[in-house]
Amino acid sequence: MDFPPLAWQGLVVLVVFGVSLLIATYSTYAERVIAAFLQDRVGPDRAGPFGLLQPLADAVKLFTKEEFFPAGANRALFVFGPCLAMVTALMSSAVIPFGNVLQFGETAIHLQGIEINVGMLYVFGMVSLGVYGIMIGGWASNNKFSLLGAIRAASQNISYEIAMGLALIAVLMMSGTLSLREITFQQVSDAPFVWQDIFNWNVMKQPLGFIIFIVCAFAETNRTPFDLPECETELIGGYHTEYSSMKMGLYLFAEYINVFVASAVMSVLYFGGFNFPFQAELRNWLVSSQGLELVTAQNIITILGLVGLFAKIFSFIFFFMWVRWTLPRFRYDQLMRLGWTILIPLAIFNIMLTGGLITFGVIK
Amino acid sequence: MSPLFLFLSFVALLSALGVVLAKNPVHSVLFLILTFFTLSGHYLLLNAQFLAAVNIIVYAGAIMVLFLFVIMFLNLNEETEPHKPALAKFAAAIAGGSLLLILVAAMRNVNPVGYDPTSFDSQIGMVDRLGLVLFQQYALPFELASILLLAAMVGSVMLGKRETGERNF
Amino acid sequence: MESLSKRAKVLTKKPMTLAERAYLPAIFQGLSITMQHFFRAATKKQVTIRYPEETRPFSPVFRGLHVLKRDEAGRERCTACGLCAVACPAEAITMVAGERKKGEENLYREEKYAVSYEINMLRCIFCGLCEEACPKAAVYLQADKMAPPRFERDEFIYGKDRLVEPVTPDNRSKRGIQLTPEQADKLRSQLA
Repeated sequence: MDFPPLAWQGLVVLVVFGVSLLIATYSTYAERVIAAFLQDRVGPDRAGPFGLLQPLADAVKLFTKEEFFPAGANRALFVFGPCLAMVTALMSSAVIPFGNVLQFGETAIHLQGIEINVGMLYVFGMVSLGVYGIMIGGWASNNKFSLLGAIRAASQNISYEIAMGLALIAVLMMSGTLSLREITFQQVSDAPFVWQDIFNWNVMKQPLGFIIFIVCAFAETNRTPFDLPECETELIGGYHTEYSSMKMGLYLFAEYINVFVASAVMSVLYFGGFNFPFQAELRNWLVSSQGLELVTAQNIITILGLVGLFAKIFSFIFFFMWVRWTLPRFRYDQLMRLGWTILIPLAIFNIMLTGGLITFGVIK
Repeated sequence: MSPLFLFLSFVALLSALGVVLAKNPVHSVLFLILTFFTLSGHYLLLNAQFLAAVNIIVYAGAIMVLFLFVIMFLNLNEETEPHKPALAKFAAAIAGGSLLLILVAAMRNVNPVGYDPTSFDSQIGMVDRLGLVLFQQYALPFELASILLLAAMVGSVMLGKRETGERNF
Repeated sequence: MESLSKRAKVLTKKPMTLAERAYLPAIFQGLSITMQHFFRAATKKQVTIRYPEETRPFSPVFRGLHVLKRDEAGRERCTACGLCAVACPAEAITMVAGERKKGEENLYREEKYAVSYEINMLRCIFCGLCEEACPKAAVYLQADKMAPPRFERDEFIYGKDRLVEPVTPDNRSKRGIQLTPEQADKLRSQLA
């Protein structure tokens, strides 16, 4: 069978789509199990072995719930809101390089949905659009609490986008490119010491930028301690107060996909992407001692790198949940103060520091 | 004229009309966002990826969020829409008509230059090229604009700073 | 004013140190505490009781669902004297008395017996006063059974079909037997 290269790329896109959905599905399960373990409980363990079928049971429950439209709601936008939240969340995983190239004879499969040279800006744009789903849904519900949640979401996302962008600029100053693939490749080092690859990860050169970025990532994905838009104690359910059935499910799902994408972006930008320590040594060993061809060895490295990237992503997702079940929610004025008077000046300071270090040749 | 261009132009014009004709201001804002998206599509067709991405981030992602934010606060329903006097409508029609007239008059004599296939650089819209142009040819205006933006940002941070003696809860 | 109990503490509001204001050390402290709990949940025995499979042991003085006892020969003990109904503070017990016919001596112990005996489990407060009032040691509140939830109200009115214990002694409730004085003393000492 003759597969055109574009068809392979389409297949990769489909797989990325499916994997994002699968990870979001099991994030709901992981969230409940992790929450239970952190609170000395058991968690869901009834549906299937270890409760692994729990997401399916939840989906069945959501699908069979009543489809509810509040009186005076704008019906079209009420449906459009969750759809938009889901679409923007799913779109942002398109440019993330999940792995290097798999080479099978003539066909080369890039383990990345699509490579564009402004990949970072693309992710940033999609993240900034994510707030529309929340705003439209909150407004169309015709409910004061939903509207307050929507307004909170809007102001919070805009505020933290600034600090996030400024933290990114420091990374881009070092890398000199916006392509996530290029940034990944730059985090491999040829320096001859043991943990060379780890020492070349951007987090080693940008610790402050990474802290700013991860705080902003929490705020952008509306996760605790920054989940003000859906703050139950003040706003009942926030922007999704009036939602039921699968429309509610889409909102919850979009949040988990956002968490997945944020974890993937952090892994790629700061933690070396699909690079892992000793990969060059491993490849040389496979070629010299095991007598494999270079292409086969490279394919093995690529698959290991894919596994490594997902290990990084999962540890970030775990961190998101760990923080959620540890920290209480910020108050709204504290949130704004943290964003505007602490993170933004810190990020500007970080840019100046990076600029100085680059100028004096400390880091490249 | 590729079918993609025709489709994008069609959607752009339709959504631009939607901005003006929609009764509900929130619908207008959403149509405007759609217009920005089609414009970004045009930029992509022109191989200007950076411009397309920045258009989405800045206009669709930030400015229109603020628009929507303010309109949600205003609570403009169809029931609460104030009746506009006939004089205002008349004045608006005159102003809009004269703007159209000026535009048509200005565009009438414009001759599209087109491009020279031998000397055209298809990579002109890429990030690195754009950066070179900005920092070599237009370094002074670029720096002035960035200082302006930095001053605005510092100002906003200063506004948010706690005054001495303000209650700290 | 002089403090009455000397337990009052003077609250001093010191300005926060840099580490406290940075908030990050506090976050890491909290994260380490929850992580300890995470590993404790994975290693130590969990406190959760998985209900349908595991059950929590009842208290020795637990009073559950009523039973109408039979004697050693398998005859119903109840003589329908009505003292339990009188003792009942919730007025949950109703009964109709009847006279024993010839040939029913192996069914009923006394000459008078309860034709119907109903307890409304929605009214019952499981105080055990019926048990104490009974002169024939016929009604007991079992220590190992509860009135299960139902969908209909009339299903909570337990008649003789559900109250009288089975004829075969093996199927009878092992518990709910009136304590002998020795047993009662033992129980009291355990509880003290």
